[in-house]
Amino acid sequence: MLRTLYDKLWESHVVHQEEDGTALLYIDRHLVHEVTSPQAFEGLKLAGRKLWRADSVVATADHNTPTQGWERGIEGIEDKVSRLQIETLSTNIQAFGALSYFPFRDPRQGIVHVIGPEQGATLPGMTVVCGDSHTSTHGAFACLAHGIGTSEVEHVMATQCLLQKKSKSMRVLVNGQLGKAVTAKDIALALIGQIGTAGGTGYAIEFAGSAIRGLSMEGRMTLCNMAIEAGARAGMVAVDEVTIEYLKGRPFAPREDQWDRAVAYWRTLGSDAGAQFDATVELDASRLQPQVTWGTSPEMVVDIAGAVPAPEDFSDPVKREGVARALQYMGLTPRTPLTQIKIDKVFIGSCTNSRIEDLRAAAGIARGRHVAANVKLALVVPGSGLVKRQAEAEGLDKIFTDAGFEWRQPGCSMCLAMNADRLAPGERCASTSNRNFEGRQGNGGRTHLLSPQMAAAAAIAGHFADVRELLS
Amino acid sequence: MRKFTQLDGLVAPLDRANVDTDAIIPKQFLKSIKRSGFGPNLFDEWRYLDHGEPGMDHAKRTPNPNFVLNQPRYEGAAILLTRDNFGCGSSREHAPWALEDFGLRALIGVSFADIFFNNCFKNGLLPIRLSKPEVDELFAQTLQQPGYRLRIDLKAQTVTRPDGKVLRFEVEAFRKHCLLDGLDEIGLTLRHADKIREFEARRRFEQPWLFA
Ligand code: SF4
Repeated sequence: MLRTLYDKLWESHVVHQEEDGTALLYIDRHLVHEVTSPQAFEGLKLAGRKLWRADSVVATADHNTPTQGWERGIEGIEDKVSRLQIETLSTNIQAFGALSYFPFRDPRQGIVHVIGPEQGATLPGMTVVCGDSHTSTHGAFACLAHGIGTSEVEHVMATQCLLQKKSKSMRVLVNGQLGKAVTAKDIALALIGQIGTAGGTGYAIEFAGSAIRGLSMEGRMTLCNMAIEAGARAGMVAVDEVTIEYLKGRPFAPREDQWDRAVAYWRTLGSDAGAQFDATVELDASRLQPQVTWGTSPEMVVDIAGAVPAPEDFSDPVKREGVARALQYMGLTPRTPLTQIKIDKVFIGSCTNSRIEDLRAAAGIARGRHVAANVKLALVVPGSGLVKRQAEAEGLDKIFTDAGFEWRQPGCSMCLAMNADRLAPGERCASTSNRNFEGRQGNGGRTHLLSPQMAAAAAIAGHFADVRELLS
Repeated sequence: MRKFTQLDGLVAPLDRANVDTDAIIPKQFLKSIKRSGFGPNLFDEWRYLDHGEPGMDHAKRTPNPNFVLNQPRYEGAAILLTRDNFGCGSSREHAPWALEDFGLRALIGVSFADIFFNNCFKNGLLPIRLSKPEVDELFAQTLQQPGYRLRIDLKAQTVTRPDGKVLRFEVEAFRKHCLLDGLDEIGLTLRHADKIREFEARRRFEQPWLFA
């Protein structure tokens, strides 16, 4: 039988199967953060249970942590409710154990989906779960990785297993050469624009094709990260040399005596030629343009050369109503060219786009230029302490601050505004994050999603701009 | 887990597609380390005209009179009627906790986002998928008839309308079984503890690097 990558990952983790196909799936890696774990630990405590395998757990605090004021220690977290949640994680990890814990202010602390791969704690062939929807990120390493709810977090903690039914498989085939300054983020947004935010519901996506092979691991992570925004349970990319190169020498990667054995296995982690998928979607990479969202759902997206649509462009009444509501919330008039929309804030960060290559790309645009006068705040928030250190070693922090950007400590920051970084009502933000829902970056805030390069270009221009015009 | 067998409940229509979990329960309320008390903040940004923060006295806030759940005719609703892709976005289980805490026991829509759908079952909340024409009709009837109620029978997998029409829905056998009996899934899984240990031992032997 010819098998897809998803088939292989699934079958190698089934411990037990119920009659209706519900399987008990073994979980290799459990990533834990402060927001979705306290109730799970509490549940364990109440039932007198322990962690089935503490050495599968890698934990960090990222959602609630501030991006400045670190010198004040835990006191730097001014919001007392946030502080309690972060302290609760520390107490729980102390009581229950973990393979690794990167607490607030640890030099390796960062966004959970950035530090997993960075530490080599995400390895090909693993099942990876986390109480966070963007766990799909880790699928870039040919893992079966998905977000789970808190009850499931507790279930994995207590049993090392997850109850799951197999999804259908979708192959997203992206062939051709990406144009200059067109990135993995643009592939993701264009895909969601094409299939919709529910287009992947019920599916596990495998990204394949020459354009995907041509992406770095970081680009693949950006793409898999956004698979959940297409509704898919998981996103995946097969193992190749790029994967193996990336993992070499990472702290939790296999040691020398096991490396060759591991690599030999990893090389089997791709779909067999001719394996059947339940659905296939194709994108031509060479025709993709930089993308910017205009609405309150990631599927509300156009090319930078495009304009805001009008409700009457859509025939489905529910959709038309949704578009009208989005335009009102976003404070936009139909037919406005994207390049005429002025912005108030810029956010470069989040588990989608806060890795070193993202920062390099944005710095490349910011170098020698300055943030426009109408931009009140342009934030650059590295995904982890190690990304920050690397960026500083390359002098990127200096490029950003010289250009008028603020350089912050790592964390989720303005991606979801659970910490002090947020939009005020009505403020418009060019953001490299992954969700433009109403209120996502702050009550009443207006979010436009785009790539790091495009965010930097918007910061410089003061409105959305085609980054390619800044390149020549 | 709370059982779900049958329900005869008042229906409230939330006529929107792509209702995300940020809208169901905004992030500022996720700082709680508890599992309960989220009901007053369900749909917080739509439901109140002022901005909500944890610890506020909700009785003193200004409700948005236009928001459907604030309308007197839907007071005490146990069934929420919605459109496509309800519960998309963040994996926060606080969303079903808030819906449940508010008093809702079942959701009816055309489709639900994957993680949210899973989370509902863990909390005795039944998400029911019906076809688009069926949902369209339910919306029309709910709007036309004040006090519109539906009867849901999980065992029979049916939704019965006041006019007697019976709508059938699909639910996975294992989930149905857990929900009907209010079973503790962790307890169920631990009955397979030996199998898990066996699987783990084999894995440790074949891929020792995963157990560093
Ligand atoms: S950066 Fe944003 S999307 Fe990513 S884990 Fe943090 S809050 Fe979630």
